[in-house]
Amino acid sequence: MIAVPIRRFYQNPSIRELIRPLGQIISFSAASSVVLSLLILLVALVLRGTAVNEYALSHYQVDILTLTLKNLPQVLIDGITLGFVYAAIALGYTMVYGVLEFINFAHSEIFAIGAFVGVEVLIAMNNAGVFTGISLWAAYGFLIIAILVGMVAAGGTAVLMEIVAYRPLRGAPRLVPLISAIGVSFFLQDLIRLVESLTTGQFHRIFPTFGNFDKRLLISNFDIAGTTLELNIQFKSIIVIIAAVVMLMLLNYIVNATKIGTAIRAVAQDRASASLMGININLCVVVTFLIGGALGGAAGVLYALKFTRIDPFVGFFPGLKAFTAAVLGGIGNLTGALLGGLVLGLLETFAGSYLYIFTMGAAGAEYKDILAFAILIIVLIFRPSGLLGEQVGQKA
Amino acid sequence: MAAIKSGKASASSIVNNFLNQGKRPYFLASVYLALGTLLVYFNPLNMASFFFLLSSAFVIYKLQMHGGFKLAITAVALLIIVPIIGIRNIFYLEVIFQISVFAALALGLNVVVGFAGLLDLGYVAFYAVGAYLWAFFGSQQMFLLAEIPGTAPSGTPFFLPADMFYLFAFLGIVVAALTGILLGLPVLRLRGDYLAVVTLGFGEVIRVLANNLDKPLNITNGPQGITPIQRPTLPEGLLNSLRVLMDPLVGRDVSQGEFYNLFFYLLALLVIIFVIIVVRRLDDSKIGRALTAIREDETAAVSMGIPLTRMKLTAFAVGASFAGIMGVMFAANRTFVSPESFSFMQSIGVLTMVILGGIGSIPGVILGAAVVIILNLQVLQGLSLYLSQLRQSEAVIPIIDFAWKNLSTQLDPAKYQRMLFGIILILMMIYRPAGLIPAARRKRELSTRSKDKKKPITPSSTAAEADHGAA
Amino acid sequence: MMKKTLTVVLLLAVALIPVAVLAQGGTIKIATQSPLSGGQSAIGVDIKNGAELALEQLKAPLEKMGFKVELAPYDDQANPDNGVANSKNIVADPTILAVVGHYNSGVQIPSSENYHSANLANVSPANTNPKVTDRGYAEVSRIVGRDDVQGVVAAQFVHSKGMKSAYVLHDKTAYGQGIATFFQQEAKKLGMKVQGFEGTEEKANFDAILAPVIAAKSDVIFFGGIYDQASVFFKQAREKGYKGMFISDDGYDSPEAVSIGGPALLEGGGLYYTTVAGPAKLYPGTAKFQTDFKAKYGADPRPFAAQGYDSMAICLKGIEEAAKAAGNKLPARKDVAAAVRKLKDFNGITGKINFNEKGDLTVAKYFVIQVISPDPAKWNDNKIDKTLDIAPPK
Repeated sequence: MIAVPIRRFYQNPSIRELIRPLGQIISFSAASSVVLSLLILLVALVLRGTAVNEYALSHYQVDILTLTLKNLPQVLIDGITLGFVYAAIALGYTMVYGVLEFINFAHSEIFAIGAFVGVEVLIAMNNAGVFTGISLWAAYGFLIIAILVGMVAAGGTAVLMEIVAYRPLRGAPRLVPLISAIGVSFFLQDLIRLVESLTTGQFHRIFPTFGNFDKRLLISNFDIAGTTLELNIQFKSIIVIIAAVVMLMLLNYIVNATKIGTAIRAVAQDRASASLMGININLCVVVTFLIGGALGGAAGVLYALKFTRIDPFVGFFPGLKAFTAAVLGGIGNLTGALLGGLVLGLLETFAGSYLYIFTMGAAGAEYKDILAFAILIIVLIFRPSGLLGEQVGQKA
Repeated sequence: MAAIKSGKASASSIVNNFLNQGKRPYFLASVYLALGTLLVYFNPLNMASFFFLLSSAFVIYKLQMHGGFKLAITAVALLIIVPIIGIRNIFYLEVIFQISVFAALALGLNVVVGFAGLLDLGYVAFYAVGAYLWAFFGSQQMFLLAEIPGTAPSGTPFFLPADMFYLFAFLGIVVAALTGILLGLPVLRLRGDYLAVVTLGFGEVIRVLANNLDKPLNITNGPQGITPIQRPTLPEGLLNSLRVLMDPLVGRDVSQGEFYNLFFYLLALLVIIFVIIVVRRLDDSKIGRALTAIREDETAAVSMGIPLTRMKLTAFAVGASFAGIMGVMFAANRTFVSPESFSFMQSIGVLTMVILGGIGSIPGVILGAAVVIILNLQVLQGLSLYLSQLRQSEAVIPIIDFAWKNLSTQLDPAKYQRMLFGIILILMMIYRPAGLIPAARRKRELSTRSKDKKKPITPSSTAAEADHGAA
Repeated sequence: MMKKTLTVVLLLAVALIPVAVLAQGGTIKIATQSPLSGGQSAIGVDIKNGAELALEQLKAPLEKMGFKVELAPYDDQANPDNGVANSKNIVADPTILAVVGHYNSGVQIPSSENYHSANLANVSPANTNPKVTDRGYAEVSRIVGRDDVQGVVAAQFVHSKGMKSAYVLHDKTAYGQGIATFFQQEAKKLGMKVQGFEGTEEKANFDAILAPVIAAKSDVIFFGGIYDQASVFFKQAREKGYKGMFISDDGYDSPEAVSIGGPALLEGGGLYYTTVAGPAKLYPGTAKFQTDFKAKYGADPRPFAAQGYDSMAICLKGIEEAAKAAGNKLPARKDVAAAVRKLKDFNGITGKINFNEKGDLTVAKYFVIQVISPDPAKWNDNKIDKTLDIAPPK
């Protein structure tokens, strides 16, 4: 009796498109977390009989298995948070690639612009004394305002960039717009630096401290192997995850259930035919850049919230890794970008957190960037279409 | 009559004819060079006169003269004038040395990007391989493998004699080429844009490795860098006889360090001549034509029986090998290498040189290297220094009545190298994708096509054709 | 064809412009090299400003001899390549008789090879790496202490506070890694347990590297590096529940450190740093410097501004001595370098300055400072926990 209205409710295309990604997100996060956790525990088990165990006992006072287990919850939370940041950036790459078949190299600077504008808004509020003794609701309200402003600024820059630097080159040989994009990327880095350093002489910015973002939410305490395991999560990690999930759901909705989304998909499939059907190609491309840029900008503000410090070059590595995530998931595929981001964020955090202990201090978190590139190369060699991508022939 | 009708264009052709009449170009070029030399000789600190002298290279290149004379006058300039001028102001020698080093790098990258159409964003990695090769074997590092960086005892002997440098210059070629092949084997199947990102990643990997391989075995000495690195010995007898020759010309005693600078300049010159010969032969060879075919249309090239992977690997290895030998020279010249010298920024710098000068064009790429290095080392720094002088003075900007003193130091042009590279890349791609001196082959293609179509070829129109073809 | 000709014509036109010969006689320039741009520019600019102030205030004796004295500030961007290229430029300008410079040891070491081969005096206001002077160059002197003492001071300090275990991190620069290495060695020697030693280039996301650090529960975390990285690291460590003591080095000495980290840094075991350049108020005769500096540049001097001032003062004095010896003529670079090294009991604003044969101070001051207020404006009021006068190691 009840099942019927529920099914009807779900079959409503708009609502289905809103809910479907939620299921994907949950299943992807859970699956990749479980797989990686089991893997790392297996490694720890193997290492239990080796010198690594003695290293753990002498340096950390616990055996290697307990140590691994103790770190695991925090590592998972960090990894998933980072994964969502990567996913939000990767969506920008993947959307532009889907429509124009072109790597928007300057997307990392769009991310940085979003971060800077959002943080500058908050700094201005902080200097004006808005944050002294405000309620929690107001704090969250201001944060949302900052994210929105960051999104607008980043989306606007992305559109401007498309019109100035990419549109004149549309359809030129593949490398031409890519080189132009590298140029845009470098230009924007220094532009941010110029603007920021003119005002204060410094070009890094610090996310102001307000609200309860830095506090931790205790989930539970339990005992494992004689030590207490504290499972808690920072409020800002929760915010990052929720914000990213909301954005992903909205994006999915826009692309799959609205008119402009249908048009964008049509342009991505066949530009010439879409044009013949009366679709305004330029408008679609602009909207693509706008959406991708806005997502990148929001990711920038969230990144600043999570990690406090930003500088004009802040986008470079996250951008590169988000691109890796997009390729890992299957470039041009929105769900793939999400999966790729999560997997990469988790893998990177796992590697960074455990490598130092497992190698007894010989190699540390510094190698996590190498890991990301290694994954990129391996994926491109063995499965160039990515985890979820379909095998598509090369367009000229 | 016709000349008058078409106005400006013919006026310039009149000037052109006028300049290239009879013996005139020979006279002009010699006077120009001599004037430049005198200017720099008597004003060693004046940047304008140095630029004037440098521009004579362009004049020699452009005027229509007998090839033998061009060669002779260039040799005089490079082998006699530059050493004297360079020792009088050692900074000029550094500028010209850096131009040579980066011109060789740019020529190498040109083989990869220009001939084969493979965008390599991590080119500096091969340079790093060469530099660290000699840095490791040419220093005491072999004996310090177990030491913690920064605490090495002094007085450790060198692992190899200094003159092994020449062997390692050769080894640098081999090792860098091998690295290129090792990287190329897995990634060369990738499409152009993916390849760009993978090579970028590879460049970062090499830098991160250089930064982190100070433990468990201290191979690179980490961020502290390796120093001192040996330079090949200069025989005392040769030095003394050179001194007799140079001291009066330069007008003061020439130190050994300055002779080293000269030595490395001549070495770089030698390498660059070698590189130019190789690149030119390559371009005209079967391999070169195969690479062009790959660049223009991979599918068609394969169907014509061109071994795709082998050709791409060749391009990659040749490009890498130039960077390798220059890396060895860089290490010996600096006597210090550290990971900071091999950042992504450097790769983009070399790419900017290639794009600016003209993809696939040998003189273009050399010009690109010269322009970027001079902008970077002289123009931007010079402007910054000039601004700082103004700031120390009481001068004001007229009209808006703004005191120079209050000008923010953040506006110093020297800081905005990235912005400069960015603008160059964007503008070149939009307005002049073939570069300042387009490659001959490309020029031929473009000019015949534009005759057929009676409209200028722009990237979008060629692309539109490409799209059409694909659809 | 048209463009080709136009270029030729243009070049010929340039040839006709008479190139003015600059009057060089009687001008003395002193160069500064420090990062005027980039993440470390705040301190780099103040080194330059300190030197500039000294030049203005102390150039009178040289001007009386008939010289024109000028500052030539160079920006090394905290990058060795820029530093070396600049140093060639400096060496090529015969009017430059001394260099005040470098903030980063990784830049100073390769650049000073050029000063050395040109016999150009180089007084360093901030470079603490042992190698700076251990090469024994007669031209290179410094007016600050050394890492192998500073790292040791930090280790002895935490040991004296009863700390049993330490986790050591650094920023993967020659400077940060150097000082962290010496901290680690001394801590081990004192019987402390060093639970980890790791470097990171990461500037913001310390999640991964913090996992083993938090798990180790060390009594103290040492960070060798610059404040803009160290403070973010400390903040994230506190957020993950680390309760112990933080200690860093002279790169941490900036009011911005607390505005980055917030009050949480001062909780638990507290926040300390060692430095070779105490707050300007500590030194005899800096009151005037502070007011002058504030009047000219509109802000309190940052760390190393006073050292920049003194380095310039020493260069000016050296040039003056050498000029006197040369009969009020422009002195040779070699003589300037020798005169700088020979100065006895020079009264700088940071104390009496004497150089030993390597170019180190015969006695250098080291401070251990506790940060007591999360308010950046009160940075100069931080508590000085310890002041030590230590001679350089033999």
